[in-house]
Amino acid sequence: MSLPVPPLLAYAARRVVQAIPIIILIMIGSFLLIKLAPGDTVDALVGDMGGADPAFVARLRAEYGLDQSVMVQLWRYMLKLAQFDFGWSYVYEQPVITVLTSRIGNTMLLMVSSLAVAFTFGVALGAIAARRAYSWTDNMISTLGLVFYAMPSFFLSLLLILIFSVKLGWLPVGGIRTIGAFKTGWADVADVARHLVMPTAALSLIYLAFYMRLMRTSVLEVMDLDFVRTARAKGAGGARLMFHHVMRNALLPVVTLLGLQFSTVLGGSVIVETIFSLPGIGQLAYTSVVKRDLNTLMGIIAISSVIVVIVNVVTDLVYAWLDPRIELK
Amino acid sequence: MTGERKTILDVRDLQIVLPTGGDRAYALSDFNLSVGAGEIVCLVGESGSGKSLAANAVMRLLPEPHVRVSRGTISLDGQDLLSLPESSMRAIRGDRMAMIFQEPMTALNPQKSVGWQIDEVLKLHTRLSRAERKARTLEILGDVHIPDPASTYNAYPHQISGGQRQRVMIAMALVLKPQLIIADEPTTALDVTTQKQILKLIKDLQQARGTGILFITHDFGVVAEIADRIAVLRLGEMVEQGPASQILLNPQHPYTRKLIAAVPALTPPPAKPVSNEPVVLEAKALRKTFAARGGFLSGKRDPVTAVKDLSFQLRRGETLGVVGESGSGKTTVSRIVTRLLESDSGEVRIDGRDLLSASRSELRALRKDIQMVFQDPMASLNPRRRVVELIAQGPIVQGVARDVAHARARELLSLVELPPAAAERYPHEFSGGQRQRIGIARALAMEPRVIVADEPVSALDVSVQAQVLKLLADLRDRLHLSLLFVTHDLRVAAQLCDKVIVMSKGEIVEAGPTASVFADPQHPYTRSLLDSIPGRDWEPPVRDVA
Repeated sequence: MSLPVPPLLAYAARRVVQAIPIIILIMIGSFLLIKLAPGDTVDALVGDMGGADPAFVARLRAEYGLDQSVMVQLWRYMLKLAQFDFGWSYVYEQPVITVLTSRIGNTMLLMVSSLAVAFTFGVALGAIAARRAYSWTDNMISTLGLVFYAMPSFFLSLLLILIFSVKLGWLPVGGIRTIGAFKTGWADVADVARHLVMPTAALSLIYLAFYMRLMRTSVLEVMDLDFVRTARAKGAGGARLMFHHVMRNALLPVVTLLGLQFSTVLGGSVIVETIFSLPGIGQLAYTSVVKRDLNTLMGIIAISSVIVVIVNVVTDLVYAWLDPRIELK
Repeated sequence: MTGERKTILDVRDLQIVLPTGGDRAYALSDFNLSVGAGEIVCLVGESGSGKSLAANAVMRLLPEPHVRVSRGTISLDGQDLLSLPESSMRAIRGDRMAMIFQEPMTALNPQKSVGWQIDEVLKLHTRLSRAERKARTLEILGDVHIPDPASTYNAYPHQISGGQRQRVMIAMALVLKPQLIIADEPTTALDVTTQKQILKLIKDLQQARGTGILFITHDFGVVAEIADRIAVLRLGEMVEQGPASQILLNPQHPYTRKLIAAVPALTPPPAKPVSNEPVVLEAKALRKTFAARGGFLSGKRDPVTAVKDLSFQLRRGETLGVVGESGSGKTTVSRIVTRLLESDSGEVRIDGRDLLSASRSELRALRKDIQMVFQDPMASLNPRRRVVELIAQGPIVQGVARDVAHARARELLSLVELPPAAAERYPHEFSGGQRQRIGIARALAMEPRVIVADEPVSALDVSVQAQVLKLLADLRDRLHLSLLFVTHDLRVAAQLCDKVIVMSKGEIVEAGPTASVFADPQHPYTRSLLDSIPGRDWEPPVRDVA
């Protein structure tokens, strides 16, 4: 190799290339799975119209290409996908890509804020609990974690709505912006933030409990390691010992979990977005399934798998940055 | 030692409480010890003697409140340490007293560079600027003879060798010129040649700086090498204390005598006449390369040749030692001849039958003839099975009836000198030496012709080591076994082996009868190995007590 490519960049590029066959497999698998389910777009459309004569239904099927065999449909779809064409959404009467781009921002906002909240508070609380292991503080934090962990997000969402919107009236029930307010600049940001408080809380608390428990165990484990004793023998103590020697080492398993869970958060957002009527990918996925909007659904799956692949690569990069023993090759 | 030395460390009537329910109430009691400036005091004891707790008590690093000092005083240069608040202790640790630990790989933070970790000591205890700190760090790295301080400064612990890591630990301990250094088994994890260099380094630096050293070890060879004064500890009680020459050459207490007698002599057994016994194990031109990994779209790793072109013969009743440092390929050899690892080329014959090309069913029959004893008896015995099941398992797999195998297992227990009641217990209920006896019984259950022992005694205390070695030698003679004995410890090899092969980087550099190899080593590598044996000039005064 005579071309000097930064190893980090080469690594990331190779990982992305390696992911392409995986994404193709996911797409084929999902396509076939959806086709296995009874009913198609035409059934849903006709159902909405309250029925139609068989000739019209057949003409509609031919128009959408649904009269072909599954393999032919798959081949046509994959050919279009290869040209980054996600097709047409017959439900929204728009190109799928337009539908997706208008909603992906909201979902990403929700996911990133939920995971950031879960990670930050989870790690901090876990470290505090470990630092005062088996004390009153630890017991309280651990019990609270158990409660969060045991509570289903739909129940938590409804509970939050009941308390903060219905009873107290502090926060909006749903949506991403106040309808008809047309705020701009910082006022708009504040408005969006207000709308995101409850969805974020509902989505993040379960994960917060995960990270907290893992961080607590991990910190307890690291505190017993030889190099922590070395650091104490050097005269380090208190916050310095905790941050430089214990926490950074203890983060490794938590980061692994974070990368793995990104996809489950995507799944969780379906419920939360639907309950809080947030116009995001999750809610779109739900309506697409109900309406048998195959192209939109496939688009969502494609985008989600790309996101998950990217997040996994980033996780590996963060991991390598945290632990110099890992060499990116 | 003559002359009035200033006392640096003074420990009086120290008593350390253990949690209730342990095997004893006090880890240490009535412990008195002092270390003078420029003096190396060795605290010797077997595992469980409380020697490491003593060191941690001085640093005030005991896992309180479970284990704590209940009585006594510890003073550093006249200042009482036990009454100091934690913040003052922090200021003293790393500055006026420092510690060197046993395993430099785990004792260094894997996520921080070597330079950062030494720099941290300076950051904590001095007001030097960043540039001054860096200069000091580079200087101390040079003082401990790190070849390239500037590049080592930015290296991470896993990127440098074991010996260099220990040098870094020493640099970290010495950078502020402490009055007292506590070294807790600092060379136990190292190869002999590295150990020799590290011991010399510690001694040189200590003499140049007049540091007092409390050196904790279980190895009398190391003690003979560096100690000015020796204190012997048994189960938390000091049994004997005095100048090195007195303890080493004229020990008074029976326990000290026993410990010293257990140190294997460096004089190998007299060479046996050339044996005409049949060859039971033969290896020809063995070769093992750990392949390059990776390929298309993933990283590549260079191939490593672990064993190249290795041949040997083992006759009936003979013991062949395979000695070498870590990475020499000696463990790979032991795994190839038992076919736990597939060799790339070459052949292994047991009683003339080919092992390496045997089919699965043939291999099962052949395995009966060659059994292994492993290094760590705790890790190699299934903790969830009773001893009798562990021993009988092999014969049962080979088709022996269950009750016959169990009866035989009980006989074997008496053969390895364990009480019959041991059969119904679980491995964790035994001490390390007893567990290794179980391991030996397990190997013998198959009535093998050859036993391959991979470092069978290196995890054991010296006195236990001596007993297990004696047992192995006894059984070998009684049952006409052949032993392939893999070890890094030349003293152990000298005691047990009729012949040795010395390995370096996958190759045999020297082979021959133990007596002649030890008396007149031909290869420079063998010579350097023999020169590095700690305490080789010390002739222990008592033998045959154990």
